[in-house]
Amino acid sequence: MKKEILRFSHVSLIYHTRHGETLAAENLSLSVGEGEFVAIIGPSGCGKTTLLSLAAGLLKPSAGEVETLGTCGYMLQKDELFPWRTIEKNIFLPLEIKKQNTPENRERARALAQKYGLGDFLQSYPAELSGGMRQRAALIRTLATDPDILLLDEPFSALDYQTRLNVCDDVAAIIRSEGKTALLITHDISEAVSLADRVLVLTKRPARVAYTHEMDFGDAVKPLKRREMPQFSGWFETLWKELNQ
Amino acid sequence: MKHTEEKPLYTQEHLLYLKKRRNHQIVVWSLRLALLAFILAAWELVTTVFGWIDPFFMSSPSRIAKTIASLYEDGTLFYHIGVTLLETVVGFVIAVAVGCIVALALWWSETLRKVLEPYIVVLNALPKIALGPVIIIWFGTGSEAIIFMTVLVGVIVATLHMLSAFIATDKNKILLLRSMGASKWQILYKLVIPSSLASFIAMLKVAVGMSWIGSIMGEYIVSKAGLGYLIVYGGQVFKLDLVMSATLILCLLAAGMYFLVVLLEKILVKNAEN
Repeated sequence: MKKEILRFSHVSLIYHTRHGETLAAENLSLSVGEGEFVAIIGPSGCGKTTLLSLAAGLLKPSAGEVETLGTCGYMLQKDELFPWRTIEKNIFLPLEIKKQNTPENRERARALAQKYGLGDFLQSYPAELSGGMRQRAALIRTLATDPDILLLDEPFSALDYQTRLNVCDDVAAIIRSEGKTALLITHDISEAVSLADRVLVLTKRPARVAYTHEMDFGDAVKPLKRREMPQFSGWFETLWKELNQ
Repeated sequence: MKHTEEKPLYTQEHLLYLKKRRNHQIVVWSLRLALLAFILAAWELVTTVFGWIDPFFMSSPSRIAKTIASLYEDGTLFYHIGVTLLETVVGFVIAVAVGCIVALALWWSETLRKVLEPYIVVLNALPKIALGPVIIIWFGTGSEAIIFMTVLVGVIVATLHMLSAFIATDKNKILLLRSMGASKWQILYKLVIPSSLASFIAMLKVAVGMSWIGSIMGEYIVSKAGLGYLIVYGGQVFKLDLVMSATLILCLLAAGMYFLVVLLEKILVKNAEN
């Protein structure tokens, strides 16, 4: 058994508004092991993003416990690069926020950018980059502070289909080669199957884990490769049915 | 720069397109100048040349020129311009500074924002000129009263403009910073302030106009010098030449100040990009 790095134990969360309260999650338990890539899919509006906010510590559970052994890096749907900062300055942003803006850390972040093909764009502005490159820059920004867990909130959904497949491959390769733990939230079944080691299916609100599946693609970790394998369509069907229950 | 080293090879069609654009610009500018010349000429003709309208009521370009020349000769031209310009610029700077600071405070505290909201709405709707007598009693009849009026006219607009810019900051970018563990201060100076630059410049443009309204209105109520004073005085003694001259100078100054803001915009935007 791998070391657990993130654990939700019997978590409930209630949202309060003036018009009432909503039970977003109830008795939700899950755990993510070190180095694991876990994808969570669920019907729309089931509170997937809430789950990431809980993991990132942005929300406190109403009941239960969220334990994180390590630091989190959050990646959103859009790249959210600051248009007035160069790519390099964008990548340094979390270092500045966490007051870790030392020459060594900057050098490390720069080396990461170089390693993953952003070297020539460090002095460019986000507007000068393609959507795929921008999302890659957003990932490097997330990695700049060397987080233990990456929280990915539908990070490809804002991209067009072709770019999406490429960036998906890209991001998977980078996360695997950096040996990071990742928790991906998505509504796209094929994305979950092609990326993850384990897929969790959530119920409608209030969210609970309904099913857990270990993906059986062996050593194939490239998303595009997985999409060509025979098991792929089987998983797609299974998850599709489970989602629509 | 890369662009100057290799000369771009444009197609004939593109060159034609560029030429067309340039010609269009020339046409627009010529027409603008022609319109100005036409207005001045018509004005001069109907008043002094043909005498259809008594220049006593309409003044005329030549009489305006003479009036400005005589103001210049007796040394009062730049004195009046200076007085008004000083009041406007000082009022403008104070209004913008106070407006930005108050907007920041209101962004910072939602409670404060809610508490002050009705007061700001009322102050915004109130015609500031109604406060004229109060201002005279509080600040006397000097430039201070006029500067206060200028600030009063500009500050609410500046505050509301900046506040709505601060509040419109991208929620997802705030979420991103919060996920990095950013404090409210960091969110403010890393995100909220830089992303409000465009709105800040738009606010400056509005505030320039407001400051002129404030200073001239202030001079109407109470003044011993300045362009507003010249206009009011000219009106009272039926010297339309003086009224028109001061108005013309006012137009030029207001346009000049606006273009300074446009210049500032170019510099700021360039800096933001470099």
